[in-house]
This record gives sequence, C-alpha cells and structure tokens, in this order.
Amino acid sequence: MRIPCPHCGERDYSEFRYGSDATKPRPAHGEGDLKSWHDYYFLFDNPKGPHTEYWQHVLGCRRWFKLARNTATNEIGAAP
Amino acid sequence: MSNRYSAFAVARHALQPDLPWPRAWTSAEPKKSYDAVIVGGGGHGLATAYYLAKNHGLTNVAVLERSWIGSGNVGRNTTIIRSNYQIDGNTQFFEHSLKLWEGLSHDLNFNCMVSHRGQIVLAVSLVQLDTLARKGNIMRLNGIDAELLDRGEVMKLLPYLDYSNDARWKIYGALLQRRAGTARHDAVAWGYARAAGRLGADIIENCEVTGFVMENGKATGVETSRGTINTGKVAIAVAGHTSHVAAMAGLRLPVESHVLQAFVTEPVKPMVDHVVSWGAELFYLSQSDKGGLVFGGHIDGFNTYTQRGQFPKMQSVVECAVSLMPFVSRLRLLRHWGGIMDMTPDGSPFICKTPVRNLYLNGGWCYQGFKAAPASGWTFAHTIANDDEHDLNRCFSLDRFEKGGEMDEYGLGNWTYKQ
Repeated sequence: MRIPCPHCGERDYSEFRYGSDATKPRPAHGEGDLKSWHDYYFLFDNPKGPHTEYWQHVLGCRRWFKLARNTATNEIGAAP
Repeated sequence: MSNRYSAFAVARHALQPDLPWPRAWTSAEPKKSYDAVIVGGGGHGLATAYYLAKNHGLTNVAVLERSWIGSGNVGRNTTIIRSNYQIDGNTQFFEHSLKLWEGLSHDLNFNCMVSHRGQIVLAVSLVQLDTLARKGNIMRLNGIDAELLDRGEVMKLLPYLDYSNDARWKIYGALLQRRAGTARHDAVAWGYARAAGRLGADIIENCEVTGFVMENGKATGVETSRGTINTGKVAIAVAGHTSHVAAMAGLRLPVESHVLQAFVTEPVKPMVDHVVSWGAELFYLSQSDKGGLVFGGHIDGFNTYTQRGQFPKMQSVVECAVSLMPFVSRLRLLRHWGGIMDMTPDGSPFICKTPVRNLYLNGGWCYQGFKAAPASGWTFAHTIANDDEHDLNRCFSLDRFEKGGEMDEYGLGNWTYKQ
C-alpha cells in the first residue's frame, strides 16, 4: 500500500505508523464522565468501507495527518 | 448422513471400492424458527453448536454460514494448539481447551490429526529466560506441563538453529510444553460440523445474516439472505467481522479488524519436529505433515477487511525465519495469505452476554482463536444455554474495560499490538 504524505508525497506504508480512527470526538480535558472517556478510548465503529484515520510519517517528516481509506479494499481517497 | 466412522467401515470400503463414502455432514435448508441461531460457521460457531447439543441437550439449533464451512479463519491459521499462558483466567481457559483437544478426535468420531509434538519458546536474553521460567512456574502451579531448557538442551532438540557466533540473536534457553502441538484445522471445522449435525443441529451454508429482528430491546430473530428466521437466542461467532455484524444490533465494540498473514514454503523432508516460537520478534513456525514450513508473525498494523497482506510485513517475517533458521533462505515460499482478526484493547477475547437481551457474543480472538475453539464453544454453549457465564469465561466480558478487568497477558496495558 502506498500512502500520500501531505509533506513528502507518496511513500510505502512501511514508513508510516497507523494512528486509528480520526473521527471520534475526544471529550474536553476535565469534562465528561468515565463512560464517555471509556467510549472514546475503547470503542470503534470499525466500518467495512470508507474510514477516516490518522497516520504518522514516522520514518520521514514525522508529521501526523488524516487519511481517507476504504477498509474493504485499501483504496486511498483524498485526504479529508 | 453417514454412519459412524470405524475400522470396520474402513475395511468395508476397502473391499467395496465402488461404494462411495457418504457426505460427512448435511448442508441443511433453513427452517422458519429455531431455539437458538448461531451466526458464523467457523470453528467457534460449529463447536458451540456441538456443545449446545452434547452438554445442554439443545438440538433445535441452526448455524448460519455466509459462505462455506471452513472458508474463514478456521482454515487460515497456523494450526497451533498450546496452553502456555500466565494470567489467571487465560491459564485455566486455554488449559481447558488443550484438554478438550486431547480427546477431540474420539469425541467427534473424526480424525482431527491432533499432534502433541511440543512447543518450544526460545529466549534470546537472560532476562527473557527469567520471564519464561516465571511463566513455566505459573503453568506448573496450575497443573500444566512446562519444562525449562538450557542452551545445550535446545541444541539437542533443535540442531538446525543458528548457534554460531554470528547469530543475530543468541539463544539462551527455552520453555517447552510437550502437550502443545498442532491439529488439522479443516478437520476441526468438518469434525464439529459433522458431530453437531449428527446430534440434530442444522448447518446452513450460503446464508448471510443481514440484520437482527428486535422486539422491546430483545433479539427475537435474524434476517438472512434466505429469509427471516425466528429464534429464542442469537449467538454471534464471526471473529474478524464482529464489529460489522454487531453493528446490525446497534452495538459498538472495543474491536478493530486487522489482517494477520501466514506463510508456507515448498515441502521438504521432515526436519522441524516441534512448534518453534521465538522471543526476538513475534514469530512461530512448524512443519506440516505435507512437509511445508508453516509460519507467521505479527499483524500488518492497520485496520482492514482485505484478506491480503502487505509486502513489508512478509519481508520482516521471512527475515525472522532466516535469522533463526538460516536454511530457510534456500526454500521457496509456496503461498501466503491473510486472515482478518478482531483485535481487542487487551488482546483477550469476548465470550459473553451483550446489552441486548438474548444476544450473545463470541469474538475478539486476536491471534489466538484456533487453539481456543473447543473451550470457546464449550463455554459459549454454557453461556447461551444458561443465560450466564461459566467460571471459565466470566473474565471475557464485554464491559471489563469499564470495570478495570483488563486481561492483558503481557502486563503491558492496552493496545500492545499498536506499539
């Protein structure tokens, strides 16, 4: 799989680290009960299809960015 | 439906070569209603149907498989069975499973080719050898066999490893579990399907579940590609796709789906007599009865439902193989494939009730589904029949992260697989 880094351009996926679902709203610091933190931290939609996620270019510019990818095909779309 | 397999039946078929062996199990048509419906005809679902009938007398049961029996992870793993765990809960559960493996072929009247060839976990540092000694002690305190081997003993058992001064990872010793080994994975699916079918369960192939029928927060049936089926209890056993199926019931789970690759080389003469695991990187290898070296490593590292692996992971797993056993560099890889794993935060599964009444969940198997299948079906059947967990699976509940009940085998906290 080839991943387009917004800074370095397209590179092999092995240069990147996966950062999981990027659509989950994080409760504000000091806000939210244990349940909302549990749900934020532990639960995933884990869809079979379009997914927006974080990646970090660890072996390159080390930048974090969002990526749109289809988990059923690994097809990569435009960065959201 | 065929008769019982026996030496007499083999002789009869040998004398009458034209007499065909009957099909091992009946692929049934769905009825309008069942006492219980199991979604997923893999190792866990079929085992559940068998133990529901055998242990709890529940025989009006259907197993719904969207494809064919054995098409999923039960036929995609590296076939290893073992019980070398160290935290309470896992230790007892996996030992129960290994004990079921020991009598499985007789119990099912189907040769599952269970081979207790032993598993050897190699230590590549003195610290690692200490942790293996600790694990071995925990196993022995639980009545499980474990032997600590020093370097010399490992050299006798595994003479083909790299013991040279140039070895990238020096081998200091190992932990051996002699009762561990391998089983024929397809035979496990067929054996459970046949045994469950003989007791009355309907094994229904090419029947995909597309939704759940709910009444007042209670599951009362399933919508399938072959019509609606009413039922008193619905059990999900679709590891790999657990999130996808549970979402139809409105559940969000602590699960991400990842691909795990496995590899097999061209066949060679018998050489590797054990299951060999390695401490330098997650890596495990055994030799199949056909002669191929079967091995695997870590997941690719990002969530996906595609059953195909990425090349860089293939490269790193093969590097492990060659670094440990230099002769592997002269073999050709015959095949590699991927299976989809439910990865959970703590690396442990779910066998439990769910917030939806009469809906039961079996999933989250991470890498360890195959060896667990007998105990998984055994305890899941108990949970379904009694609407309550058995002591062996009480720790695998869905709400354990809310209650601080993580089952992190390595003691490293959550998300070790993402590090």
